[in-house]
Amino acid sequence: MYAQMVKSEAADDSAEALAFQARIDAGEKIEPKDWMPAGYRKTLIRQIGQHAHSEIVGQLPEGNWITRAPTLERKAILLAKVQDEAGHGLYLYCAAETLGVSRDELTEMLLDGRMKYSSIFNYPTLTWADMGAVGWLVDGAAIMNQVPLQRTSFGPYSRAMIRICKEESFHQRQGYDIMMKMAQGTPEQKAMAQNAINRLWYPSLMMFGPSDKDSVHSTQSMAWKIKMNTNDELRQKFVDQTVPQAEYLGLTVPDETLKWNEEKGGYDFAEPDWDEFFEVIQGNGPCNTERLAARNTAWDDGKWVRDGLLAHAEKRSMSKVAAE
Amino acid sequence: MSSPNSAYPDIPETQTKPKRHEWPLWEVFIRGQHGMSHRHVGSLHAPEEEMAIKNARDVYTRRNEGVSIWVVEARHIAASSPSEKGPLYEPSESKVYRHPTFFDIPDEVGAM
Repeated sequence: MYAQMVKSEAADDSAEALAFQARIDAGEKIEPKDWMPAGYRKTLIRQIGQHAHSEIVGQLPEGNWITRAPTLERKAILLAKVQDEAGHGLYLYCAAETLGVSRDELTEMLLDGRMKYSSIFNYPTLTWADMGAVGWLVDGAAIMNQVPLQRTSFGPYSRAMIRICKEESFHQRQGYDIMMKMAQGTPEQKAMAQNAINRLWYPSLMMFGPSDKDSVHSTQSMAWKIKMNTNDELRQKFVDQTVPQAEYLGLTVPDETLKWNEEKGGYDFAEPDWDEFFEVIQGNGPCNTERLAARNTAWDDGKWVRDGLLAHAEKRSMSKVAAE
Repeated sequence: MSSPNSAYPDIPETQTKPKRHEWPLWEVFIRGQHGMSHRHVGSLHAPEEEMAIKNARDVYTRRNEGVSIWVVEARHIAASSPSEKGPLYEPSESKVYRHPTFFDIPDEVGAM
């Protein structure tokens, strides 16, 4: 899940708010110019904004390996994947903008730390096998969350999700393809793949957010249909889907307590270290400083390009007016 | 005077926004492969129209989604408002005779 712990505003019980809730309950889509409660608008700006920021910051751990991909084909594939992430960020910023906030404002809120991005991108990508594990596990977890969000109540968000989900499956498959190659490779390559799973398994489970009993923002967001499933539901689904995929690779997930539970029809598994999760969210993960610094540098270094293109556009439109 | 928005420090209030110098917003329309009309696919920011088309190509047609792109600056689009829904669309609800299925044509007549 690319949006974690999004603070949800309370609903009010005005006649308008009740009519609004009735529309959502009836499965209608809310469009930007429709009346909506202030809390719905603000919660969505936070959630879509955080989701967009995650796509953008999510380019960094993979961008790290573009110049060191093992073959030209792998390099082209990784480049295409990272470009998709930029595109996903743009779709989402546009959806957020329909709620009355501008993309530059959202960017500034990311850069000065007022808004967050997913905790997962604060972990380093140490080997090429991490490109496999990120695509397979991290994009896999994201898909788990994004597929139901295609049915979210806010029209522009739902449309962005539909577009993203179409492209996301390529991301997960290219990751699993890397894992298969590594798992069938030399003993060193197989060990590298196992090591990548060992490091990224629990951070991937954290992507779904805290356990339901500690998730304080869910109820209102679920009533508004901007959150479609609880954190624990999605985490369970992810584990159930992923464990057999790991088995196929001949690799294991780093959880000695993992056990199939016939009764519930799913695996029992160990929770991630939630203290670590909250530390990462607070800014104390292994790469928080580096990620934010990279985004700030990109923004500052790009200023002359943004300004220059705008100045050129204005000059051109003025000379057009003068010619008429 | 305290800000009416103090409960939401992370979300800027529309009224208090400083004037920004941002690339304008463009709405993007793409014609798919199959002879359909251009269809709205989303929006993006660009300094001017040529860059808007180039950006639209990168953002919205990475997988052969289209053969033609239109861009128009969002501020030039006029739109109906949700409050007009009744007056605009309700009149047609009672005019069922506008649909061919309103008329019963005997089977003997053949396809029509």
